[in-house]
Amino acid sequence: MTGLVASFGSGAMTNSIADIGLADVILVVGSNTTEAHPIVGIELKQAARRGARVIVVDPRRIRLVDHAETWLRVAPGTNVALVNAMMRVILDEGLADEAFITERTEGFEELASHLRSIDLEEASLTTGVPVDTIREAAIAYASAERASIVYSMGVTQHASGTGQVRAMANLAMLTGNVGRPGTGVNPLRGQNNVQGACDLACLPNCLPGYQSVTDRGALDRFCDYWETGAYLSEEPGLTVVEMMDAAATGKVKAMYIMGENPVISDPDQAHVRAAMDALDFLVVQDIFPTETTAYADVVLPAASYLEKEGTFTNTERRVQRVRRVVEPPGEALTDLEILGRLAEALGQRWKYTGPSDVMTEIAAVTPQYAGITYERLEREDGLQWPCPDESHPGTPVLHTEGFPRGKGVFAVVEHIPPPELPDGEYPFVMTTGRQLWNFHSETMTGRSAGLADLNPQNRVEIGPKDAERLGACQGDLLEVSSRRGTIRAAAHIVDDIAPGVVFVPFHFADSPANALTSGAHLDPFSKIPGLKVTAVNVRRVAEA
Amino acid sequence: MRSVPDSDRITLTIDRRRVEGRSGQTVLDVCREADIRVPTLCHDPRLEPSGACRLCLVQIEGMRGFPPSCSTLATDGMVVTTVSEDLTELRRSVVELLLSDHELSCLTCDSAGACALQNIAYELGITWSPFDGERHRTWEAADGALIERDYAKCIACGRCVRICQEVQGCNVYGFTDRGFEFLPNTPYGSALADAGCEFCGQCVSTCPVGALTDKLSRFKGRLWEVQRVETTCGYCGVGCTVEYRVKDGRIVGAAAPLERGVNRGNLCAKGRYGWGFTHHPDRLTAPLVRKDGELVETSWHDAIAVVAANLARIRDEHGPDTVAGLSSAKCTNEENYLFQKLLRAAIGTHNVDHCARL
Ligand code: SF4
Ligand code: SF4
Ligand code: SF4
Repeated sequence: MTGLVASFGSGAMTNSIADIGLADVILVVGSNTTEAHPIVGIELKQAARRGARVIVVDPRRIRLVDHAETWLRVAPGTNVALVNAMMRVILDEGLADEAFITERTEGFEELASHLRSIDLEEASLTTGVPVDTIREAAIAYASAERASIVYSMGVTQHASGTGQVRAMANLAMLTGNVGRPGTGVNPLRGQNNVQGACDLACLPNCLPGYQSVTDRGALDRFCDYWETGAYLSEEPGLTVVEMMDAAATGKVKAMYIMGENPVISDPDQAHVRAAMDALDFLVVQDIFPTETTAYADVVLPAASYLEKEGTFTNTERRVQRVRRVVEPPGEALTDLEILGRLAEALGQRWKYTGPSDVMTEIAAVTPQYAGITYERLEREDGLQWPCPDESHPGTPVLHTEGFPRGKGVFAVVEHIPPPELPDGEYPFVMTTGRQLWNFHSETMTGRSAGLADLNPQNRVEIGPKDAERLGACQGDLLEVSSRRGTIRAAAHIVDDIAPGVVFVPFHFADSPANALTSGAHLDPFSKIPGLKVTAVNVRRVAEA
Repeated sequence: MRSVPDSDRITLTIDRRRVEGRSGQTVLDVCREADIRVPTLCHDPRLEPSGACRLCLVQIEGMRGFPPSCSTLATDGMVVTTVSEDLTELRRSVVELLLSDHELSCLTCDSAGACALQNIAYELGITWSPFDGERHRTWEAADGALIERDYAKCIACGRCVRICQEVQGCNVYGFTDRGFEFLPNTPYGSALADAGCEFCGQCVSTCPVGALTDKLSRFKGRLWEVQRVETTCGYCGVGCTVEYRVKDGRIVGAAAPLERGVNRGNLCAKGRYGWGFTHHPDRLTAPLVRKDGELVETSWHDAIAVVAANLARIRDEHGPDTVAGLSSAKCTNEENYLFQKLLRAAIGTHNVDHCARL
């Protein structure tokens, strides 16, 4: 998100899901779309069926490749090198959209002179993609009437993730592929309401609607509105990974965790466990006991999303209603009710009559949500922000006239090799990701009959040559170790994963990929850890 | 709603009524939008028209015979008849033929009430089936816990084959033609999983009869017995619209409305089948507070008091920035808003984040 904010002034998906199908060329980067976002996957497959050219950039032969025109098998962590090389080709071929660049952007000269220093042969060596393939992809993207970029965690979860996102924003602006249907830069959000959690400021550096905490005026407005006695500083707070560090060293003493299981989902599990252990007080609110509730001083039983009223905001900025389907079990309460009780016990005078009343307050303080009411959401098929007033129909395509920050900014982004490269001791690169039938740390899918049986076991995907060298056959037990930990899982030998690369899904508590990953290599801007590239060793420990 | 440019507007006469449409629509589209009922079995708005079932036949002035409305483009000035004796006779013979080779187990069929064949037979007043030929065998395949295939009820409409290919892009099914048996199946009759099935359930959602059904919903409640509640899927960021079916306070199935939401009737395995967790015995059902190293059940009143006292103590003794909150992308907007408000307004810290980074 940070990368897009810097380039455009807004970090959300620029276009809509339905709109992707209008593109003539779709560049899919680091997104295993058919498994992680299956309905967007359908959109892409149908677009391909209608003749759109789908270009997949991924270290693995993901299922979407079967429907794509081209697959660029990039080495993990080298998207920037690839995109820079593509832009070099576009400049050389005279395919840049000069009118768009002049009218709508700034910083082009710096970018152009940097691109002129890019050597295609070298980029090909870095990325593992042949020069001709890079050239063809670049020309296809740049000469399309409408070209769209779709990306996901395979881009952001790198120590250089912000740079990668900016590189893609560069590519879109260079070719004028922003602000029209069927174009844009489209990050797909992993979890259902990541967009809403960001919009409504469960972020250490933002107030609702991305108003910066460094803006004294905004802070004062919120303090007034909330009638809080508390003084809020202009210093941003701690991010997830920083919180864990601070907890481990005693700088953070109490944590309140609502609906999260950081022991499984955060990098460097041993470190997270130490952090949880070191806390003076931990309260965890969840629907199931988890590896994290085991460390809690108080556990509060919460209602699931099927047991509450409210709204979610999807990846295309569409605010949609959530309705109570069944009653919560036992004494479980909705997070909203629990927060209300806690606020009261802490001396706050909240007087919400229910979720729709909270939305009224959100609309009053969040410019993007100003025109959103429950009444409208009932009538309309959701509403895409920005929706500045009650007569505004919502915004399917962003940046049609201008960017929130005025002009779009090109940024010079250099390829930075991933911080943890393979060496003699840890000769493989491990990348992590999602699978179709599993979700996050499996607390829900693992407990849903039928679904739970489809894919109950973790596995290590490895190429046939590497498997042969290890003497491993399909299903043999492998041990994967990094500088931080060791896990075991069955070998799943697949064609078309690059040599020297293994893939491990991150869903499984009994064999957690995040025991191996590192929280230390944070992207300097977004603070997202570089989960996609970890140096590991792999050995065979037992027969299938 | 998309606004229609004037040049695209067309006017038809359907059953002597003036009806507006848009160029590019089929006759069936125009009828449906005008609430004129034309029966269909092989039609699904998610699919390219196939014209296979011969039920949507209509009469159009200036055209010979009985063109299928699902694959005939509407044009300005067209005069269409959807109800006539000839048409009823035609439809009746189509339905009677289908019924002759259909296992009529409506008593225990999960699709009863939602079955297009049952509905059209009722509408045409068919009380018996005049054919008595050989019937299809019941199909047994080790398909796992999600999808039930019973080809004794299959009417060979082809929707499952088409949706798996055209929408899901999976090509799990093809038609096998063995004499009178013209049925969809996996290659060599293999189990779904071995044929590359992703268990999206799109085929189940389109099957007009009880040939493809959701195993999780079997004998749990039929359409007229369940409450239907529409909400937004809680798994990934796509935010599909899901309609849950509830009986006696428990979820018994899920589907998606065809005309709404980003997904327009489609779902993935998580959205369609991932609801069982809500009734799982592991659910936390009472507040727990640690006493002598053990988490023990307590009242809400006491649990909240313990949390408030400890957060306030640590805030007051060590400063607000020694408290931190992690919220969840699984919670609602309203909850996320209140969570950060609690941390900022009641504790006085910006130490609030969620898992979007991960
Ligand atoms: S469940 Fe989905 S993938 Fe499997 S056969 Fe049906 S439509 Fe095809
Ligand atoms: S199984 Fe259902 S959808 Fe498929 S051909 Fe038979 S009746 Fe049609
Ligand atoms: S049904 Fe599948 S694609 Fe749709 S929101 Fe749920 S998880 Fe995402």
